[in-house]
Amino acid sequence: MSLPQHLSYSKDHEWVDLGDDGVATVGITDYAQNSLGDIVFVELPKVGTTVAQHSNVGVIESVKAVSDLFTPVAGVILEVNGKLDADSSILNREPYTDGWLFKVKDVSSDQLDTLLDAAAYEKLTAE
Amino acid sequence: MTDATLKQTALHDDHVALGGRLVPFGGFAMPVQYAGILKEHDAVRNRAGLFDLSHMGQFILEGENVAQWADGLTINAVETMKPLQARYNIFCNASGGAHDDVIFYKLDGRWLLVVNASNADKMWAHLNAHLGDSGVKLTSLHGKNALIAIQGPKALAMLQPHVDIDLNAVKYYFCSEATVYGKKAVLARTGYTGEDGFELFVDGADASEIWSALLNDHAAEGLEPCGLGARDVLRLEAGMPLYGHEMTEEITPVQAGLNWALKLAKPAFIGKEALAAQIEADAYARIVGLVMEGRAPAREGYKVFLGGRQVGEVRSGSMAPSCGGKNIATALVEKDAATLGTALEVEIRGARHAATVTAQPFYKRPK
Repeated sequence: MSLPQHLSYSKDHEWVDLGDDGVATVGITDYAQNSLGDIVFVELPKVGTTVAQHSNVGVIESVKAVSDLFTPVAGVILEVNGKLDADSSILNREPYTDGWLFKVKDVSSDQLDTLLDAAAYEKLTAE
Repeated sequence: MTDATLKQTALHDDHVALGGRLVPFGGFAMPVQYAGILKEHDAVRNRAGLFDLSHMGQFILEGENVAQWADGLTINAVETMKPLQARYNIFCNASGGAHDDVIFYKLDGRWLLVVNASNADKMWAHLNAHLGDSGVKLTSLHGKNALIAIQGPKALAMLQPHVDIDLNAVKYYFCSEATVYGKKAVLARTGYTGEDGFELFVDGADASEIWSALLNDHAAEGLEPCGLGARDVLRLEAGMPLYGHEMTEEITPVQAGLNWALKLAKPAFIGKEALAAQIEADAYARIVGLVMEGRAPAREGYKVFLGGRQVGEVRSGSMAPSCGGKNIATALVEKDAATLGTALEVEIRGARHAATVTAQPFYKRPK
């Protein structure tokens, strides 16, 4: 799966898509889903929660392991992807589209300066 | 990710070539998965899967008194075994806790004892410490011999063309000396998946050729290389205990619900008095099966509650594809929480989740 060029990435293997309205959509990368293996459960933050950048906001569980989920941006949780409750394998199949995790509002664009662009993330995962 | 301190099985290069994800297990670099745990699980339940179990300890026992000697160290009967029979057994400590759970194979003129990888060094020391004047000769093939398992409803049909014996004549928990692709093997109808299948004990030098040939000849029929991740889900669904989880040096076979393997009629063996007393008092915490509500998996160490009281902890847990995708678990709980149908709760990250005490096995293969 090729890496979407327009997204920003964290070292924790999340991606961020920040809109002009200050709403950021967050997911995990293809590299992350592949490392985790078959995902069977996702615990997402509650809507309305204020979250700090890189804080732990939930868990992703594969058949074998529980992994912490971090948010790459600070803000207020606006929405979570309810489809993942019934079928968390979407995360394995479509990590950059239907498998998005949550949306954060009131995200300042300068937060993206602390994240990686596609080229830098590709380099990180190639190491 | 190759850790220099880890041992490699004879199939190491095959695992790497197949894209296996290697993790440390029992001192070896072992594949936890290849294509994915769920895909591999599906192969074993519906077609067949191929496992490298060469990390397990293989010991050869020789001498006239092997059975009598082993009967003094184990809870199940060894002396009553028929030629070419395989039998599950457990070595206990004096308190009744388990050193290891094992399988004895009674071969022609010698015995094969298969122990858990994580216990192989401990068991080698234990056996040697108890040799006394038994005259038993012990040889370790650990790391030298390989073990390949082929498991699943199509395992027999896939293996048959490549062996020189009629596999249908080998009954469940029996074995035979045979050749596989012309290589010498001990071939046993045993396994750890809840499916029919065979385990092939072969020389490490022959392992790669046999492994590759089976995959090449039967990949089109759905034979998949399978890792330890799938194996753990398969065994949990099938109600099979895993040492270190359902049984430990502290958790006895009686607590693990393995009384069927305990032969108190044997005159004397290590742990007999403790186990008999435990059964007599009947006050012990015991392993139960749990079926969870909701999608959050129960994991080892999570606390289990009855009403407001903690009554135990989870010992194994997984999402179970063969149980409709429900989460299943085993837990060690107090006696009054162990009755079938009891409504318990498992604490997961601070929240209580409903679970029901359920009979094991969770999955039984269709006959």
